[in-house]
Amino acid sequence: MPSADLVLSAVTKRFGSFTAVEDLDLTVPEGSFFALLGPSGCGKTTTLRMVAGLEEPTAGTIRLGDADITHLRPYKRPVNTVFQSYALFPHLTIFENVAFGLRRRGADNVKTQVHEMLELVELEQYAGRKPAQLSGGQQQRVALARALINRPQVLLLDEPLGALDLKLRRQMQIELKRIQTEVGITFVHVTHDQEEAMTMADTVAVMNAGVIEQMGEPLELYENPATTFASNFLGQSNLVAGRVLERSADTVLLDVQGTKLVAPAARAQSRQQDVWVGVRPEKVFLAAAETETDDGSNALRGAVVTDVSFVGVSTQYLARLPWGQELTVFEQNTGARESFRRGERVDLHWMPGHTFLLDAAQDASAGVEKEEDL
Amino acid sequence: MSVAAAHVGPGEQQLPQDQPQRKRGLTGYLLLLPGALWLLVFFVVPTVTLVSTSLYDPTGSISTGYQMTFHWQNYVEAVQEYAPQLWRSFVYAGLATIACMLLGYPLAYAIAFKSGRWKNLMLVLVIAPFFTSFLVRTLSWQLLLGDNGWAVDVLRTLGILGADGHLLATPFAVVTGLTYNFLPFMVLPLYASLEKLDPRMLEAGADLYAAPFTTFRKITLPLSMPGLVAGTLLTFIPAAGDYINSELLGTPTTRMIGNEIQDLFAAGAYPVAAALSVTLMIVIVSMVFFYVRRSGTEDLV
Amino acid sequence: MSTVAYRSRRWLGDRMVLVYALLVLLYMALPVFVVILMSFNDPSSRQSYEFDGFTWDNWTNICGPYQLCSSVGTSLKIGLLTTLLATALGTLMAFGMVRHRFRGRAVANVGIFLPMASPEIVLGSSLLAMFVSAGLGGVLGFWTIFVAHVMFCLSFVVVTVKARLSGLDPRLEQAAMDLYANEWQTFWRITFPLVFPGILAAALLSFSLSFDDFIITNLNAGQTVTFPMFVWGAAQRGIPPQINVIGTIMFLLALTLVVAGELARRRRFGR
Repeated sequence: MPSADLVLSAVTKRFGSFTAVEDLDLTVPEGSFFALLGPSGCGKTTTLRMVAGLEEPTAGTIRLGDADITHLRPYKRPVNTVFQSYALFPHLTIFENVAFGLRRRGADNVKTQVHEMLELVELEQYAGRKPAQLSGGQQQRVALARALINRPQVLLLDEPLGALDLKLRRQMQIELKRIQTEVGITFVHVTHDQEEAMTMADTVAVMNAGVIEQMGEPLELYENPATTFASNFLGQSNLVAGRVLERSADTVLLDVQGTKLVAPAARAQSRQQDVWVGVRPEKVFLAAAETETDDGSNALRGAVVTDVSFVGVSTQYLARLPWGQELTVFEQNTGARESFRRGERVDLHWMPGHTFLLDAAQDASAGVEKEEDL
Repeated sequence: MSVAAAHVGPGEQQLPQDQPQRKRGLTGYLLLLPGALWLLVFFVVPTVTLVSTSLYDPTGSISTGYQMTFHWQNYVEAVQEYAPQLWRSFVYAGLATIACMLLGYPLAYAIAFKSGRWKNLMLVLVIAPFFTSFLVRTLSWQLLLGDNGWAVDVLRTLGILGADGHLLATPFAVVTGLTYNFLPFMVLPLYASLEKLDPRMLEAGADLYAAPFTTFRKITLPLSMPGLVAGTLLTFIPAAGDYINSELLGTPTTRMIGNEIQDLFAAGAYPVAAALSVTLMIVIVSMVFFYVRRSGTEDLV
Repeated sequence: MSTVAYRSRRWLGDRMVLVYALLVLLYMALPVFVVILMSFNDPSSRQSYEFDGFTWDNWTNICGPYQLCSSVGTSLKIGLLTTLLATALGTLMAFGMVRHRFRGRAVANVGIFLPMASPEIVLGSSLLAMFVSAGLGGVLGFWTIFVAHVMFCLSFVVVTVKARLSGLDPRLEQAAMDLYANEWQTFWRITFPLVFPGILAAALLSFSLSFDDFIITNLNAGQTVTFPMFVWGAAQRGIPPQINVIGTIMFLLALTLVVAGELARRRRFGR
């Protein structure tokens, strides 16, 4: 059977003078759970809509397996969408909403199929109600059922969990993943919630301002970010300016404010001399100032704790280094030792293998969650 | 708001695709064509005819036919002779409009923000009196304001009205009738305008220490302006041309310009009648024109 | 000031607007009550217009007064025809204006607004002028009235349908197309059912305006007599109480339609 991978090639979308999506290349393997992750306005929803056929690309092609679907009308594509606002038809019953796609295609056994699907999403008893009579979470499941029942080759989900409260969202994340695994359909999930993307997806593409910055498995993306945007948008990162002193086949020797640090050559995204030296906050551990270690860790000494936040699972520290930069450290509350206090002098240690190097020309604050994005 | 109204979820942005993109092509013209033609033939053309009729030689009549002589004097004569009625019409209409504003704004406000489940019911109650024939209702006012009605009784007892005082056959009655008639035309556009306001804006006003009246003055009122202006135009203008209220509730001394135009047409004095009509129309068009200059046409319909 | 005083002032302020509004509604309903009351009136003489005594006679003998029922019939016929045509044309226009691009939008907006805003005397007299100039002065009647009514109802239909159509979430139609409905199916299964309440409201409004119209009708009616014209004539000659019976019937009929419409809407949308 020919592969039914979804392939976007050089897809561009312009609205007048505004470019929403720029020369996008994307391959979604058949049967995978793919997440398109990015902040508001990055073009991810526009991309989704182009796949659905609700928006026509200004340039480029979209292929589903062998078929070129770039210019096909939405009702001609074997693709269905779960809308962010659910878009349930208010004048039709739940049953008719779910049956809608089947009826338009003239399917048999509509009744049986609809009831099966409603059972799958646990809404059997609401079949005769109208959307206005259901809660947000229930409406969301109807929207899912309505799309899934048509067994599309690709199911598109446009931030479907956005309107749900935290607990329900977590529940639905697990549900969706389970359904996808069971049904085996390609899911393309658009979201700005990086936790959601990492939890559910097999592959994540990080999108920013119309382009894909990095794509890969969640773990790979997280541990080895390729751009400052990716490093800040997925989780948090500490980025410190550094200079490359020496490169060898395996390691890179760096100078950061007079301190010598080591990074693996495999995790260097830049061949320049000036780089951002990055490490994730949870990889850093604090030690009282002047503590000697012989574990070969990278160490930045002479910092002062400026903030301590107890978050239950972990304690989050802000430590100001001698040159004024504040770095973030997450320490899990294992109970093994007391937490540090504000004003205490500490040293920051981390294993060299956790260091990554990024292009110094990029903006170190790219992707940091700003208030206006919330 | 209708159940099918555009729902923007929390954190959702209004992207270009959320606004329905208007379709290109000729379909728009085709859809507009039949209605536009009808309005062209039965509104625009008659207006032109009216203007030309107003320039006929006034010595003509239906039987002898009319001569087009570009007799501008029709206007001069008409305005001179009927200036009192013209003035009176604008005054009555003005008073009625103000009364409609005072009565109608709180009503529209209440329906938009304070009515909860009863919103649709209240809207129906605004339009419901419409369903009884308008003339029949105006006759009811004759009864209500009549010398034997309780309104007069109460006012006489309170001393507001002299022992011989009337309510009927007074300018007061005429203005009351006008107000009553055109109230829905003030309430509905106002309501439409207020309905579009996000009540959270008003809450924000209160949160920022604005006393209720200040919130109203600085937030609600300016934002409801389109509705208020539309309502004013839809009230003042037709009221100025009305004659029914004047005829049924007034006296010969309260005759409005509408009365005169009607009688002149009935008598066959077309040129003068037309001149008066056109004068009235010019005033209207100027008012609408000024409004459009200031605020554009999008909020009109 | 103290919390209690403040709280009670706010409670009052909150309620005050509502109370005021209800009073205004009462004011608007007052003449209707009078109409209903007077429909049971047993007038002492032709000229008197006061409540003299109670009787059912008016209701059992509605068509007693000469020309009353025929005028009502004429008004009903004109009203129905007007509603049909005005609603059809107006709905088309509303769709055109909301969903399509065309040049001259400002002109269209003004062109629709003016008939609503013009005094009836001006609308009526201009039509009369046109009919007379066209040599139709002798055939004024049913059809000239019809033409005039469609003309001024059109704008109201456009505004009403436009309001409903603009409020329609475009994503519903997108969802339908996503679910294999082509443009035609999307229109009939999604767009039209959701706009229909607006179209219905426009039709009802149109009928009311047509049935009720006097000034324009009077100028262009020739020998034809509509119900409002009958009432006008009666106001000079002596008012038969059956007029109030007709008024009451119209009111109850329209009220029933509106309530039925609201119930149907609740059933349809579940809320």
